[in-house]
Amino acid sequence: MNILNLFKVSLRAISSNKMRSFLSMLGIIIGVAAVIIMMAIGQGSKESIRKELSTMGTNLLTIRPGADMRGGVRQDPSAMQTLKPTDYETILAEKKYITKVSPEVNSAGQVIYGNNNTTTTAYGEAPDYIDIRQWEIEDGECFSEEDVKKAAKVCVIGKTVVTELFGEGADPVGKTIRFKSIPLRVIGVLKSKGYNSWGMDQDNLIIVPYTCVMKRIAAQTWFSSIICSAITEELSDQAIEEITEILRRTHKIKEGAVDDFTIRSQAEMMETMSTTMDTVTLILVVAAAFSLLVAGIGIMNIMLVSVTERTKEIGLRMAVGATGMVISLQFLIESVLISLTGGLLGILLGCCVSEFLVPAMGMPSSVPAWSIFVSFGVCVVIGVLFGYIPARKAANMDPIDAIRHE
Amino acid sequence: MSEERKVVIELDQVKRYFQVGSETVKALRGVSFKIYEGEFVTIQGTSGSGKSTLLNQLGCLDTPTSGEYYLDGISVRKMSKNQRAHLRNKKIGFVFQNYNLLPNTTALENVELPLMYNTKFNARRRREAAREALEAVGLGDRINHKSNQMSGGQMQRVAIARALVNNPAVLLADEATGNLDTRTSFEMLVLFQELYQKGHTIIFVTHNPEIAEYASRNIMLRDGKIREDTQNTNIKSAAEALAALPKPQDD
Ligand SMILES: Nc1ncnc2c1ncn2[C@@H]1O[C@H](COP(=O)(O)OP(=O)(O)OP(=O)(O)O)[C@@H](O)[C@H]1O
Ligand SMILES: [Mg+2]
Repeated sequence: MNILNLFKVSLRAISSNKMRSFLSMLGIIIGVAAVIIMMAIGQGSKESIRKELSTMGTNLLTIRPGADMRGGVRQDPSAMQTLKPTDYETILAEKKYITKVSPEVNSAGQVIYGNNNTTTTAYGEAPDYIDIRQWEIEDGECFSEEDVKKAAKVCVIGKTVVTELFGEGADPVGKTIRFKSIPLRVIGVLKSKGYNSWGMDQDNLIIVPYTCVMKRIAAQTWFSSIICSAITEELSDQAIEEITEILRRTHKIKEGAVDDFTIRSQAEMMETMSTTMDTVTLILVVAAAFSLLVAGIGIMNIMLVSVTERTKEIGLRMAVGATGMVISLQFLIESVLISLTGGLLGILLGCCVSEFLVPAMGMPSSVPAWSIFVSFGVCVVIGVLFGYIPARKAANMDPIDAIRHE
Repeated sequence: MSEERKVVIELDQVKRYFQVGSETVKALRGVSFKIYEGEFVTIQGTSGSGKSTLLNQLGCLDTPTSGEYYLDGISVRKMSKNQRAHLRNKKIGFVFQNYNLLPNTTALENVELPLMYNTKFNARRRREAAREALEAVGLGDRINHKSNQMSGGQMQRVAIARALVNNPAVLLADEATGNLDTRTSFEMLVLFQELYQKGHTIIFVTHNPEIAEYASRNIMLRDGKIREDTQNTNIKSAAEALAALPKPQDD
């Protein structure tokens, strides 16, 4: 029997038992849709994080205290206090491949104006910080080097803080707010940036001269990080080399000893984020794939029932000359058709949910084209794999017994 | 009997034993005979005498425990399952007691079935052959009727057409009239006699001793052995017998 006729026979068998076929497809439909949705969310998140990181400036370099942590080794807390003002000053004085530098000291706490208060983070920065992050000031201005020198009690605040403390649309410039009971005069308001892909409000912050945070607010002598911008993205590597050389000198690190700081370029950050996202996506997809396994077993079950039910038919086909091979092909095609149809419907469902429902719920989503092809292939494999045992059962029947079967 | 006729079936000391637990059931204990082309043979015997077992051998559904079986000159004993499947496809036509039609399938599609497993037939030739076979059994006007829309007699005709469609060397029927009433049984016999007249070789297993009178030869089995093998020189006409039957009551 040629393949086309085998398809016809299988199609007829499936359509003569529509409800049953559909129910066994349902597992595949749900499984495939779940896999597609998971992949779409993974891919979507990755893309949106990438976009975000690249709008932060691809020439951004971040220096953190402590040796490279990617090995996962725990570090002494004192190792986290290695970035000192001298490091910053030396970089400022000697930089060649770097345009702008800003140290960073953070402190989270409550900010108060009048009867209103809200929780926010104060970022102690240099004036160049705004430029490095490519942010914009909407109202007023940024503090100056002069303010940094004097550890002036001034700040630039984000839109969320404005709304929380002064009300929507109010003009806070010139007003004095209190952060952890330190009075800070508002001199500028940042343009709104909304939420990032982790759901973090990027407007809930105040930016203060770093000297002010170190002396008056957090009382610490080290930086939590230093960020700088390389001249161009291409010169990032030279810039990293330059900083490494400077910091090893200022930290008096001996030849052969490991760095007590880590420099990450934005490209590296993106890569790290991607790998993390990939891992998360993989876990989700594996979980969804298990439902496919269960669906496959469901198909096998239905096919076994179908083979038993059609014992007499199998006997007749064998009596008139069907070989075991052709009989097994007939049932294999049937199970592949069930899983493939289920797969196609699942792909359709998964794409619809990823395109319309997931974005409506505020999550990023983008269906990778390859996930459709992979799902398609997986369904064929499931059909063959779980159709094999029922098909073999049919093929191994004895025609004499089968035809007598009632 | 006459001289140079072609031998279609030749059995030589065919034995078939079944192992049931520790016991050996001797269903056939050495059966030998030749069946020539164009014979209409009935096989009779009490229940359990080995008729079905013998027919399974003849139909290449089974192989002998010992002895030789030649179908159209081909030795079947050493054939593999697949080889026997191909042989059945080309040389055997089966008619079963309970018709064994595919459910929800038209007469034509049922008759086409054996040709589906023969790669030499394309769709058009298959259709033609099936139509011819259906016409030969008098169902030329029922081609597209579904199997479940037909009477028992009509279903058996479809089954006979299916057995004829591959132009087999031999037509094997196991209790082909067993499920039918007297009148329909005779109609079936008329059909078999017509096929016999056209030169088909027919082997017909039956419980009904009467049927032997309409065949050309009768083989009696008992306990897995041939007890009698007689030629029938005075073949009765099934058509006449059918005409002589009381007319069905009309309302
Ligand atoms: N597959 C088998 N396994 C074991 N014993 C079998 C098998 N097939 C047939 N037999 C035995 O072989 C003997 C002959 O059986 P067979 O079916 O050929 O009889 P039969 O003449 O066709 O009977 P009936 O007229 O009732 O159909 C019986 O004793 C039966 O029990
Ligand atoms: Mg029998």
